Amino acid sequence: MAESLPGRAATAVVARRKRPLSQRLLPYLLSMPALLVCIGILVPFGTAIFYSLQRFRLSQPWARKMNWGENYLNFLTDPSFWNTLKVSLVYAGTTVVLELLLGLGIALLLQRRTRLNNLISIMLLMPLMTAPALAALMWKLMTNVNFGVLSWLASLVGLEEFQWASAPSSALFTVVLVDIWVYTPFIMILLLAGLRSLPRQPFEAAELDGVPRWFVFRRITLPMLTPYIITAALFRLLDSIQQFDIIYAMTQGGPGDTLTVFQVEAYLDFFQSTNVGRSAALLMILWAITYVLSSLFIKHWLKLRERAAGGIA
Amino acid sequence: MTRQSPLERILRGIALTLVVAFFMFPILWIFLMSFQTNETILRMPPSLDFAPTLSNYKALITGKLVSNAGTLDIAFMGNLGNSVLLSVFSVAVALLLGVPAAYAFARHKFKGSEDIAFTLLSFKFAPPLLVLLPLTLYFQKIGLANTYVGLIWVYQLICLPLILWIVRGYFEDISPDIEYAHRIAGNSWWSTFRKIAIPLARPGIAAAALLAFIFAWNNFVFALVLASADKQPVTVGALAFVTASGIQYGQIAAAIMLSIAPTLALALFAQRYLVEGLSLGAVKG
Repeated sequence: MAESLPGRAATAVVARRKRPLSQRLLPYLLSMPALLVCIGILVPFGTAIFYSLQRFRLSQPWARKMNWGENYLNFLTDPSFWNTLKVSLVYAGTTVVLELLLGLGIALLLQRRTRLNNLISIMLLMPLMTAPALAALMWKLMTNVNFGVLSWLASLVGLEEFQWASAPSSALFTVVLVDIWVYTPFIMILLLAGLRSLPRQPFEAAELDGVPRWFVFRRITLPMLTPYIITAALFRLLDSIQQFDIIYAMTQGGPGDTLTVFQVEAYLDFFQSTNVGRSAALLMILWAITYVLSSLFIKHWLKLRERAAGGIA
Repeated sequence: MTRQSPLERILRGIALTLVVAFFMFPILWIFLMSFQTNETILRMPPSLDFAPTLSNYKALITGKLVSNAGTLDIAFMGNLGNSVLLSVFSVAVALLLGVPAAYAFARHKFKGSEDIAFTLLSFKFAPPLLVLLPLTLYFQKIGLANTYVGLIWVYQLICLPLILWIVRGYFEDISPDIEYAHRIAGNSWWSTFRKIAIPLARPGIAAAALLAFIFAWNNFVFALVLASADKQPVTVGALAFVTASGIQYGQIAAAIMLSIAPTLALALFAQRYLVEGLSLGAVKG
């Protein structure tokens, strides 16, 4: 044994100061209740995996049996699955890109800490505090073809026959608009906080040197803000690919299958077609997508937190 | 900041006006609609010339909808009560379970603690229906279907991860030295937690609790799947109300206003906490 003397002394100290059992168990005891509640949630999760591998229709309980990967294999040739995948990706992509652009623009407008800017940023919190399902109802009232104020505004610019959420051609546009209304403020808040926490020196130096503003934005502001933009984008993407409330409250996935995104389609499968197996398999695929996105998000977010705590600013 | 040219100031003003108009108009319009009868709501073109009436709110609060076809009972106040009950109790339970666990995760790096914390957080990001659909079948078997207890338990899926992660961040930012000093002075672990750790993390706990309340209040899908009419919160109730009342647009508007008023009030009075919570501790502004 070539253990050095100081090393052995240290071990001895640790051994003497080994804490009593109750002390060592404390963290487990503290987190136990929270864990138990969550295990109650893990059980249905396991059940969902099981269902997804079964032929299981609530209307035909006698025909229930394991069919292993059949539900998943069927998706390959199922046009309505590909429609679901397409609509979900288009919805998530469009909302996140538009909300990022708009949110960044508004954050830049509100960057200076003036009283008016603070007032406006409080006002912009309000759509975010509105329940998405209720927001959809509000927009439904405003886009009613008979008396909606937005239908009237559309007719003023020559769109007399604009049907908003009731026509397949404009349904996606309408729900994306509601999503933008609700969630742009979230991105704005995160980016505004990011902008205001940036170090001042590079900007002061650039101003002294007379660097053009567009150049400052592209070469200083944007690169320094990128971690915030990535975090916000991943978080929204994670949320948006699972959107249910706005779409269900607005059109229940319709008209036809125009807006049957993952969760809406799974809900309809379960409650209308009572096809539990297909519904569970759909949700498992969505879960796989969100799992990848959420690991990415958590990684970026922890980095951001470390930076904020490290006091670079 | 560089000085702005007059043209730039005008453009900036126009942009800000458009932003405020877009984001505030729907709330303002529905607010105005809630004080009108169908007669003025259905006018084309829409106009702001109307005599405000409280009849919509009165019908909702008394629970009686009087129409040409007779009177109809409205359960909307019951929905409002359910929302209050579900949100308040869910947050209370989540605080009770979540704050000690957050403290454990922050102070004691025990074996597997990071994995457990990560798993708990990933629940927040999993598709809710994945858990809800099997639960509907389970709840019927174990008698939790359509009960407040069952709903509050499932609401932990929203509240618990939020509280755990935000409060943990706050505990981590507090230096443990003060707690050690208190312990060395002969105080128990419990008194240290209660008298030192919790008061120091109070802003974080407040931010997390507020945010959890808002998310619980605004939740739609949990109750849509698991609750029937008498247990439903406003989000689901309002949707059912739209179908039931058909064309009573003023009352729908009033119901929406009553449903969003609590969270909007929080936005106004507690925005500092909310902004901190919303950025999930990512930004210390």
